[in-house]
Amino acid sequence: MARITASVYTSHVPAIGAALDLGKSHEPYWEKVFGGYEFSKQWLRDNTPDVIFLVYNDHATAFSLELIPTFAIGCAAEFQPADEGWGPRPVPVVKGHPELAAHIAQSVIQDDFDLTIVNKMPVDHGLTVPLSLMCGQVDAWPCPVIPFAVNVVQYPVPSGRRCYNLGRAIRKAVESYDQPLKVQIWGTGGMSHQLQGPRAGLINREWDNAFLDRLIADPAGLSQMPHIDYVREAGSEGIELVMWLIARGAMSDNPGDAAGPGTPRVAHRFYHVPASNTAVGHLILENT
Amino acid sequence: MALDKPYKDIPGTTIFDAEQSRLGYHLNQFCMSLMQAANRARFKADERAYLDEWPMTEEQKHAVLARDLNWCIRLGGNIYFLAKIGATDGKSFQQMAGSMTGMSEEEYRDMMIAGGRSVEGNRRIGEDGTAQAHRQPQGRAGRKEGA
Repeated sequence: MARITASVYTSHVPAIGAALDLGKSHEPYWEKVFGGYEFSKQWLRDNTPDVIFLVYNDHATAFSLELIPTFAIGCAAEFQPADEGWGPRPVPVVKGHPELAAHIAQSVIQDDFDLTIVNKMPVDHGLTVPLSLMCGQVDAWPCPVIPFAVNVVQYPVPSGRRCYNLGRAIRKAVESYDQPLKVQIWGTGGMSHQLQGPRAGLINREWDNAFLDRLIADPAGLSQMPHIDYVREAGSEGIELVMWLIARGAMSDNPGDAAGPGTPRVAHRFYHVPASNTAVGHLILENT
Repeated sequence: MALDKPYKDIPGTTIFDAEQSRLGYHLNQFCMSLMQAANRARFKADERAYLDEWPMTEEQKHAVLARDLNWCIRLGGNIYFLAKIGATDGKSFQQMAGSMTGMSEEEYRDMMIAGGRSVEGNRRIGEDGTAQAHRQPQGRAGRKEGA
């Protein structure tokens, strides 16, 4: 039986990828960002899973306005890094896990979540920057990755509650897979940031840290927070944080919650402002 | 019954909802076309002619030619699509975001290094934060205007 061993949460700022690709990671500005991931790279080497289920959002790359799926699961054997207008990032091709992806799609759709199945899509910085942060510059990613794209570009995006419950359905799906795979689920995006209008540059350190606290200890309560709170407090693009609730919902302590037995172990926590326009947040939670 | 859109009362912010997406469909699809190098080259060679290939409104074309991202957003543009214009121009996301505040690139970058824009006074229209309409443009540009 497959199982979810841990969840990882991280921002996916495109400038982080550019800094790494252009050899700027030792500049003081960027060292403060990458320093927060030194632990994480070693942790991933010590705890390499068989598959990473990576929740992210596409940024007008694979999906234009021709088609806007709310939840899209990548079922292909591989996914090419996208050219987002600056040329494709020089990172490895992402190998998928079609068997597990198809199994999860089958199970989760039967649990009333209407996933869009995608057999061909390029993957943008939303997916490759988290891999770079956790793996560094490598010739191949350490394991297969199932891309799971969430629409957080066009309003309305899925609610936190729906994302959290989707995570629970994903956990159920993984645990009904016959092979003994260790699966990690990653939730990416955020934290507070706004990229548009006169309010661009908004950062809310207190709100972000309260979000991290509640994500660890009270995810069910956190999942009830309405969209408007994210936008008002964490900026129009801070809404990406609903994706973290998918990963959190897939952890073993749900339902019941409230920091009781089975609450995940916090292996690592990091927060830094800024990376470009964005507050960087990062957590690693292990199932106990 | 009208739909509830509570995000209309946030200053300096346009939420890209289904209505904005409808208004901006062709504008955003034009931006999307710039993901291909051949299209970027054709656009750069004659911007107006390239824009005329798209069923955009005249105002949308002017907003693009002016590189006025706030104007583009009012007309239905979305920042992730508009970023393709920035990429074509060789601009970073930070330069693009900063351009919408009126601040210089340096002023905006310094604001971010100092911890970013505070949410205080910027939660609701009618407060007195830096993102409010009566405080635009920001930075030196705003001070000159007021002097």
